[in-house]
Amino acid sequence: MNNILAIAKKELHYYFGSPIGWVVIGLFTTLFGLFFLPGLSFFLQQSLSVMSMGAGAPPMNVNQHLIGPSIGNMAVTLLLVLPIVTMRTFSEEKRSGTIELLLTSPITDVEIIFGKFIAAMGLYAAMLAATLIPIVALYAFGTPEWKPLLTTYLGIFLFGGCFISLGLFISSRTKNQIIAAMWTFAMFLMLWIINWGASFMGPMSQAVVNYLALVDHLEDFTRGIIDTEHLIYYLSFIAFGLFLTVRSMDSERWRG
Amino acid sequence: MSNVIEVKDLTKRYGPITAVDNISFRVERGEILGFLGPNGAGKTTTMRVITGYMPPTEGRVIVAGFDVLDQPIDAKKRTGYLPETPPLYPDMTVRDYLLFVAAIKNVPRVNRKAKVDQTLERARVTDMADRYCWKLSKGYRQRVGIAQALIHDPDVLVLDEPTAGLDPKQIIETRQLIKDLAGDHTIVLSTHILPEVSQTCQRVVIINKGQVVAVDTPDNLTAQVGNSEVVYLKIDTLGTNVTPTLAAVPGVTNIFTTETNGTVVSFQVETQQGDDIRQQLAAAVINQGSGLLELRPMQVSLEEVFLSLITEEAPEESVLEGNHE
Repeated sequence: MNNILAIAKKELHYYFGSPIGWVVIGLFTTLFGLFFLPGLSFFLQQSLSVMSMGAGAPPMNVNQHLIGPSIGNMAVTLLLVLPIVTMRTFSEEKRSGTIELLLTSPITDVEIIFGKFIAAMGLYAAMLAATLIPIVALYAFGTPEWKPLLTTYLGIFLFGGCFISLGLFISSRTKNQIIAAMWTFAMFLMLWIINWGASFMGPMSQAVVNYLALVDHLEDFTRGIIDTEHLIYYLSFIAFGLFLTVRSMDSERWRG
Repeated sequence: MSNVIEVKDLTKRYGPITAVDNISFRVERGEILGFLGPNGAGKTTTMRVITGYMPPTEGRVIVAGFDVLDQPIDAKKRTGYLPETPPLYPDMTVRDYLLFVAAIKNVPRVNRKAKVDQTLERARVTDMADRYCWKLSKGYRQRVGIAQALIHDPDVLVLDEPTAGLDPKQIIETRQLIKDLAGDHTIVLSTHILPEVSQTCQRVVIINKGQVVAVDTPDNLTAQVGNSEVVYLKIDTLGTNVTPTLAAVPGVTNIFTTETNGTVVSFQVETQQGDDIRQQLAAAVINQGSGLLELRPMQVSLEEVFLSLITEEAPEESVLEGNHE
């Protein structure tokens, strides 16, 4: 456990001791704001027109019509940002030779991988926390429900965890950060759109691709539902990514 | 004396390429062992197996009593390793870096600060403690690399070309540093620079194309190659033929002319090992009436030992005989 924390601390030192962590958080929050602002304007316009329809019409739901879609847009941004967070995790160590220090120290591969995963999740949590600012501001003017907000953030957190665990694996396969980033991006875009052609497939393959499609599992979370099906999907995806990383490090060791 | 490192029938293959082919050697406690060979001979691969960076394909490596394959964590706790490029994180200060290394090398938390200060002192980098690693000169990087290897007081220090790329002053300092460390640690260092071995190491393993060609002390290796001694003479012959005069001196076994420049001729005269006939040679030349310009014994350098061992024509038998003695 101490070893995991030592690695995590070193990684966080890298993220926040250099401009990288701050640039990622800053730009990610800016992009989120750029999605959020038009969403907010549109929401206000719609609410006004609903209100003008008279007392009988139900009021617009902030969670469903503003926060949910904003988080959906955030997922698109993550597609571009998270590969940048994970691309260097192992590639950089391999290129600069510091991997020799890690692999000849009395720590296990699993500890190294967990340390790096925890640190990347920490940076990601900081990114998500920054996006809470405009959302918390909504409470000054309205009454969003906090429970669906919480499940939404849980969902997007796990969703990002999948990116990060697979990103670690891809980074462990190459010395080149750009290649790592490109592969990670491509893999996730593929998992994203895998079911776009589902309607042209047979029922069996349709079910499979629909299950695999990464972003579809996020929908229930944004509605305030924690469905074990989606929870298990994300958790097992993360576990699988970490498992692949362990195997990859082991095979690299043997191959030299 | 106990063996701290024992390499037994070690073979390492990368796919179809055999980098290290069935080598065996031992290193005793407190010893400095030089690992000598041309680039690509398998030095780094062997060191990487000893340090647990990669597993052996065949054979066993035991470090401080622990098999590197079966008990890697225990073996690694007792090993410090300086790879060819010092494994520094550019965005960390030297102190932060060493604190991190201390943590992953299992130095207890309470001792870490003191240990870092002490190691900074030992590796002579105290004045750079708060400098970022990317700002360090090559010499200081190397020293921080050594500090990193030392921080957990390992029994075994493995240094891969510790003086490569340093300037002459830094090389001398680094060698001295290594010698100072020898008492407390068993050291294996690799190099392709021969004088380094004769100056720092007590024993040498010469490796070529993945195989051990010789294991011995630098002095014995030097002695092995020449069973003859060579005297260099530069003579102004004044047009006469000096060769018969030299050949007539008792004890001379062979004469080579190495250079002729007008009447000035350079000779290499071989004699039996242990025969010192310099006085007789000088007297013979002068009595003959020629001008003796220069006379000096030629030492067989490790370079020649090395070349004779790794070239195909080398008399391998004599080398092996020397080994068994």
